[in-house]
Parts: sequence; structure tokens; C-alpha cells
Amino acid sequence: MELNRRGFLHLLGAGATCMCAGPALGESNDPTEDDGMAMLVDTTECIGCRKCEFACDQAQGLSGRSRESFEDTSVFDQPRRMVADAYTVVNRYPQPNTPDQPIYVKSQCMHCVKPACVSACLVGALTTAENGAVVYDAGKCMGCRYCMVACPFEVPAYEYSDPLTPRVRKCVFCFERVKNEAKIPACAEMCPPMCLTYGKRTELLALAHERIAKYPDKYVNNVYGEHEVGGTRWLYLAAKPFEELGFLTLGDKPIPQLTETLQHSIFKFGIPPLLLFGVLGAAITAFKDDSSHGAASAKDASSSKPKGVS
Amino acid sequence: MSAHGLAAAPVNRKFFTPGVGVLMVLAAIAGGLALYRFVFGLASMTNLDDRYPWGLWIAVDVATGVALAAGGFTSAALTHIFHRGRYLPVVRPALLTAMLGYTFVGLGLMVDLGRYYNIWHPAWPTMWQGNSVLFEVGMCVMAYLTVLYIEFLPIVCEWSRKGGRLWGPLAVFQNPVKRFLEVAERTLSKTMVVFIIAGVVLSCMHQSSLGALMLIAPYKVHPLWYTPILPLLFLLSAIAVGFPMVIFESMVSAKSFRREPEMHVLTPLSRLALLFLGIYMAAKITDLMVRNAYGHLWDGSFASTMFMVEVGAGVLLPFCMLLSGRVRRSPSWLFIANTLIVLGVALNRINVYIVAYQPHYATHRYVPSIGEILITLGLIATLMLVYRVFVTIFPVLPAVEGDALPALGRRAEG
Repeated sequence: MELNRRGFLHLLGAGATCMCAGPALGESNDPTEDDGMAMLVDTTECIGCRKCEFACDQAQGLSGRSRESFEDTSVFDQPRRMVADAYTVVNRYPQPNTPDQPIYVKSQCMHCVKPACVSACLVGALTTAENGAVVYDAGKCMGCRYCMVACPFEVPAYEYSDPLTPRVRKCVFCFERVKNEAKIPACAEMCPPMCLTYGKRTELLALAHERIAKYPDKYVNNVYGEHEVGGTRWLYLAAKPFEELGFLTLGDKPIPQLTETLQHSIFKFGIPPLLLFGVLGAAITAFKDDSSHGAASAKDASSSKPKGVS
Repeated sequence: MSAHGLAAAPVNRKFFTPGVGVLMVLAAIAGGLALYRFVFGLASMTNLDDRYPWGLWIAVDVATGVALAAGGFTSAALTHIFHRGRYLPVVRPALLTAMLGYTFVGLGLMVDLGRYYNIWHPAWPTMWQGNSVLFEVGMCVMAYLTVLYIEFLPIVCEWSRKGGRLWGPLAVFQNPVKRFLEVAERTLSKTMVVFIIAGVVLSCMHQSSLGALMLIAPYKVHPLWYTPILPLLFLLSAIAVGFPMVIFESMVSAKSFRREPEMHVLTPLSRLALLFLGIYMAAKITDLMVRNAYGHLWDGSFASTMFMVEVGAGVLLPFCMLLSGRVRRSPSWLFIANTLIVLGVALNRINVYIVAYQPHYATHRYVPSIGEILITLGLIATLMLVYRVFVTIFPVLPAVEGDALPALGRRAEG
């Protein structure tokens, strides 16, 4: 096989064309995406009692603090986020027009339909359970914290103080409890049903839109989590635009779509890397040695400069 | 193939100098702090928190470390694939830097990982997660590190062939090691080409994936840096920093060992550096234009200032400098220009991983703690020390008159 530099460049062009052909494919569609369970939070019903925080703490064995400590309303003075021993927190949003009726919003893991953390985790420590809950297996985890980088809602917390077995901490949708004890998530069990409703995602979406249609003056015409980052399993109704209640404005595209499409097209069946391997192998025979020993050196230094390709 | 060609020899210089003393102190401090971190946890040492899970150690020890080790695959490709034989003198030192660089990426990662003892998990098939960019990076880095050790083996073989002996209690293994190296030399002389190409392919894969890592955080990475072509920019910048890093190291080690800088190799190499820096610069500026992101340049924020410094002082300025033949021929100007490129790419990694990372719920900015900085400095110091030990024992740097005897080899036999 005689391969000169021109032939090599042709090969290179062909290779580049092949690599560009990939990205059109790649997106997988999960037919069960709406089959899973979900939670509807009606923030207009929340009175800020923090009982969901207490229920979560008990059910998940988190901080083990007393019931009374969860009745302290002074925590509302500062906005809070979930931490390693609190999977859910309620925040208060004061309303200037109706000072005696602030709006309370419960936050926890949103359990995305296409979770970025699951896509990011390199060892599969984070997975989507069959009912849709995003769950964590500490035994697999390396503690790289890439899931925390990936989460658009900034949910996962980490046990930075634990030197040996730190865990990624976030709401797991009471997965074990739901599966083994046939119960509903602890927060929903504790909360009056108008505020937290557990059920199938499709049915809850229908219910949410039903409520909006029935009380157009009570709600903004939007269900947060219906489309955000490709849909989440925690859905919210509110009386105010969501950005005024601490919700992030996020697009409809699933977060992992770009990286997974890139990843699976660049490495599709290992073809592009193998192709590069072949091209470089061909280059070895196509390029002449310019090394300074022998007669080649003087000529080489002046004529064939390694422009462009080398 | 003639793996490494030109004559190289161990450096015959006094090992201990005041500079070496400083490095040893830095290494010792870092060793103590690392121990402290392993006993008392990440919180006791770092300023990391739930909003900023990645800090200095990932940005510098890992991301920058990998980028600056790019001299290894670029110079291997240049000499062994594209046969630019005149550059052979820089290949061995670049290979050593890459080998040590990636080893220290692993060490830096161990300090940062919460469950460092699980670092082998991605290699275990039941835990493979092919959707994860980090999985791809991890696998490539592990594979490439193995390739780098294999590529370095001929140098050890040469050391053994020329009478290198194991010292101290290790001497009992002298004969088996020698026999193993003889077999390795024969095998590798026929198969090295496979490893060299594999090294280049693996490098292209994970250098680009290192950029793809941050694409999973579209709402947190500043628009000046967040672009779908971030993987391409990382690959181009790694290629662009490869030769400047080789030039930088070559000049630093020449200075350290009181040698003449190898300008007959470095000057032509800087022309290639100019070419690749130009390609990177064109891609970076085109991207900014196409995405209409340049508006953010003038908003006066910290991020915009850092971007200007990164591109202005780390890309545009050295590019203009290297256009001049006088700069390329002058040792001190060449050193300055290439140092700027190296710092520019390092700053790019720091920018992408730290400055551009802006979580919405953060109440303050992440600034690395003294402990984090000292551990990073200590890792770099240790790397330089090990480099010095290696070039004193093994034939890595080009042979210079009077330096032909191995200094730590005790006795040199024909």
C-alpha cells in the first residue's frame, strides 16, 4: 500500500466527514417517562408549619432533632437551602400587599424525569428507580461531587466533615418506604392533602391544570416542573410568578441532552477513535523522516517545512 | 521504530541545591496537610461547600495538570508519527513530564475525592456508566497513564543496559528486574508504535472531554465560556500549550542544570507553537462572535476581566510576540512568550472550572483556602523533585559533554 502525503490528506477528509455524520442520532426517548410517580405542591395552601421538614427528618433518620425545634419560625428570616441533614426546607416569601399572608415554598430534590446527576455520575451511584425516584447508592459513590456540579436546581448536599464515608445527601422520594411499606412519602403523609398530593405524574398534571382552570384568579397559569429541564416529578402551583418565589428560570431542554449527544456521537461504537488511530497509523508511513542524520537533513530544513498538518 | 533516537544521558550535577531545599519544604508541608485532610475531612481543609463542590484541586491539580501534560502526546506525535526527527531531543523530557503530570493528577484527585478508596470503581464493569463524561475522562486517563508508563519503559531499559543498578535493599531484585527489562526492550521495540498512536488518540479523547465536563452545567457556567464547542476549544488549547510547555520546561531545566538552552530545537518548535496557538485563537474568537457572547466582555464584572486577561495576556500577546523572528531566536523573549501561553491555558482551566462557575443560590464566592493552595503547591514541588531525581538517574535529557556519568547509579559499567 503506497501512501503519500496527498493520499493521507484525502483520508483525513473522509474521516472528518464520518465524524460529522454522527450527531444527528443519539437522543433516546424513554416511553415510560410519564408513568412514574410525582408530587404536586400547591403553594397557595402551605401555611409554613414545617411539619413536612419534621416528618422527613424522622422518616429518613436525618438530624433526629425534636418536634419543637421544627416549630421555630425564626428560621424564615433567612432564605435556606437543603443541607446534608435536611432533605427539605420551607422558605417564606413576604408579600408587600398582604403582609399577614406570606407565601411559603417547600424545596427538595425535584426528581427530574431526565436527571443531570444520574447522567453525570460515572459509577452509577445515582439512578432512577422504576417509579421515577432518583436514588443514591453510597456504596458505589467515589465522592467526586460531579452530581452537585450537574444539578440545575443545586439540590445535592455533601457531608464535607466526614473524613471516611461522606455521602451525597438529597431527598430520595422516600423510595424504600414507598416500596417496602406501601406508604406515601413522609412529608405528604404529614401534610394536609390539598397542599401535597402524591400520585401518577400524568394524573397530577391533569389535576393541576384542572385547579388552574377552576380558579384562574388564584393561580398563575403555569405548572412549574411540567416542562422545566424536560420535566420534573415535583410539580408546583403558585399564586405568583415562580421567579418571585425563589424558583430558577430554566429552559425546557433536558440538561444531559447536549453532553450525551456529544459523547455518543464522538465515541459511537468506538468508530471515531479507531478511525483516528488508523489515520495516525497511515500518517506514519506517509510522512518522511526529516531527522538530522544522513543526507536528508540539509534539503529538509529548507524545502519541506512541517506546515499545516504536523 | 527507533523509539527515542538521539543520545540522552543522566544529568551529572549535584542533587541538593537551595532550590531543591525549598521544594522539599513545600512537599513536606503538603504531606502534613494531606494527612490532616484524611483524618479530619474535606471541611477541615477546604473552602468547598454545597454550592461550590469543585475548587482549586479539580481546576488546577486535575484540569490544568492534564492540559500542561499535553507536551507528551504532541511531541510524540510530532517526532514519531510525523517524523520531525530534529525535535527528538525534547521527546524524552516531555514524556517524563507527562508521565509524572498524570501520576500527580491521580494523587491530587485522591486528596479531593470524598471516598478516595473507591477510585477504582469506574474500572469495574458493573459500575460503568457510559453516559457520564467523567467516566470517559477517567477511563482515558487511566489508559493513557498506563501507555505513558509503557512509553517510558525503553528509557529504563536503556538505563539497565548501560549498567544501571538497583540500590539499597532493592538490589536483591537486580537480576529479575534486569531480565524483565531485556524482554520488555525486545517486545517494545516492535510494538511501541501501537502505544504511541494509542497515546495520541487517548489524549485527544480526554483532553476534549475535560471541556465537555462543564457542559452539564448550562445554567451555572458564565456565557463567556459556556459553548457547545468547549470540548473542541479544550482540545485545541491542549495542542496549543503542548510545545510551549516543552519549551518552558526545557529552558527551566537548562537554567537549573546550568546548560545552554537548546535554541536550535526550541526556535523551530516555537514556529509550530505559533501555528497551533493561532488555530486556538481563531476558534476562540470565532466562537465568541458566532454566539454573540462578546457583549459580556464589557460588563465590568470579575468574570469579564478574567476573560480579558486570559485571552489578552495568555493568547493574543504571546501570539503577536512569537510572530517576530527576533523573539523566537532570543532565549529570554522566547521564554517569556511561552510562559505566557502556559499561564494563559492554566488560567483558562481555572476560569472554566472556578471563575465561570456561578451557582444561583451561592451567598459568597469560592476562594481557595490556604490549605488547598499549599497542598497544590506541594504537589507541584514534589513533581519537580521527582523529575529531578528521574533525570539524574535515567537518560532523559540530551547528553552534554561532561555529563555522561550517571550520578546516582554508583558505578557505570560499559
